[in-house]
Amino acid sequence: MTPPTGTVRVTLPQHLRRLARIDGEVRLDPAEPVTLATVLDALEARHPVLRGAVRDHDTHRRRPFVRFFARREDLSHLAPDEPLPAEVATGREPLHVIGAMAGG
Amino acid sequence: MSGVRVLVGTRKGGFVMTADGTRRDWTVDGPFFGGWEIFHMAGSPAEPDRLWASQSGGWFGQQIQRSDDGGRTWDPVGNHFAYAGDPGTHQWYDGTPHPWEFARVWHLEPSPVDPDLVYAGVEDAALFRSTDGGATWTELPALRTQGDGKHWQPGAGGMCLHTVLLHPTDPDRIHVAVSAAGVFRTDDAGATWAPANRGLDSGGVLPDATAEVGHCVHRLARHPSRPDTIFMQKHWDVCRSDDAGGTWREISGDLPTDFGFPIGVHAHEPETLYVVPITSDSEHFPPDGKLRVYRSRVGGEEWEPLTEGLPQQHCYVNVLRDAMALDTLDDCGVYIGTTGGQVYVSPDGGDHWDAIVRDLPAVLSVEVQTLR
Repeated sequence: MTPPTGTVRVTLPQHLRRLARIDGEVRLDPAEPVTLATVLDALEARHPVLRGAVRDHDTHRRRPFVRFFARREDLSHLAPDEPLPAEVATGREPLHVIGAMAGG
Repeated sequence: MSGVRVLVGTRKGGFVMTADGTRRDWTVDGPFFGGWEIFHMAGSPAEPDRLWASQSGGWFGQQIQRSDDGGRTWDPVGNHFAYAGDPGTHQWYDGTPHPWEFARVWHLEPSPVDPDLVYAGVEDAALFRSTDGGATWTELPALRTQGDGKHWQPGAGGMCLHTVLLHPTDPDRIHVAVSAAGVFRTDDAGATWAPANRGLDSGGVLPDATAEVGHCVHRLARHPSRPDTIFMQKHWDVCRSDDAGGTWREISGDLPTDFGFPIGVHAHEPETLYVVPITSDSEHFPPDGKLRVYRSRVGGEEWEPLTEGLPQQHCYVNVLRDAMALDTLDDCGVYIGTTGGQVYVSPDGGDHWDAIVRDLPAVLSVEVQTLR
């Protein structure tokens, strides 16, 4: 298996790892600046099956029950074109894609 | 050796069940796509090892999975269901306009002759078609624009297109059914559509009981040898049309209740029908705690309960609209799946029943392929 390459680290929930047949983290080299939009563009380019699963196909709006965490912060409401924290952009911290709690 | 393959979609995954022609000993494979809602699984009549599954969930949306080896392995195909042009609005529950939004695929209907052609009935109600084995999906928008879609209003289960009846020999003729809107028919492969609800009576549910559009049709079925005869389980009432949906008449007859979801036709007896009466629209479980499939051998009106092997006390499950199937073996098999997770088979046309499985997640759909 080819070792993962790329600077930005992304973790995915089990359903999406299984769907995309991914073990462990995804490493990506998104376009600069590193934003949610460029990271997700790179993620979907690498794994086209994830198109529509994290954000809407057409509007690119985050699906309502998907969350983005990093540095113990909820980045879900960050504007798609806003730069991600330097720790995420440099790979010191992963960007976590999370399936939101269902409650109950 | 002939046999059957039963495709079961549940709230938490899909299952593939196989047996030889006796339909006594079953191999159960799955869950496939564990944790996802599998609204429907279907096999291609043209290429039986090609299977389709609609995989969806509130978190991560819609996927379509395809198998080309009878369900052993699956691969995701296209999942982009974009309405044609600006879809506009339909009615919301409060009567205000609401944008048309894709939610999920309720039903997949493969072509009887072309393994790469498959239709998808979706929520919000629309009909899509793929001609490339599921890679891409294109809406047939005239159904919404000519079927008065801007006035459609969802029922409690969502505004879904749940039934696609393909004519057995004429690929241009299609009937579809939309929850809380009714039946629509095209004779030109989807270029033009017209409502086909004349004769339906939804008194107590609709302000205009015989409106052209607005009937809550739950399921349609037909026998391939008589394509102009279509049977319907409506919200209330079991009905039939003998002129391809031009007019309908009620055939509920002596059923204990004519509310229900699925309806099926015997493989070799075009006037033998099956329904599962459910208490009412406010009590979605069988009357008296007894799960009874009812059979008419005379095209409706006169019905007999089929109970042997089905629970006859303390049973409060439902059988959803896509959760009945019939095989085409010489002794026609009948299959139902319940919201309690049981899948029952009758290998003798409904006389005797046995459970294939008893403890699945709630069953959303059951299809059967007859393998020869």
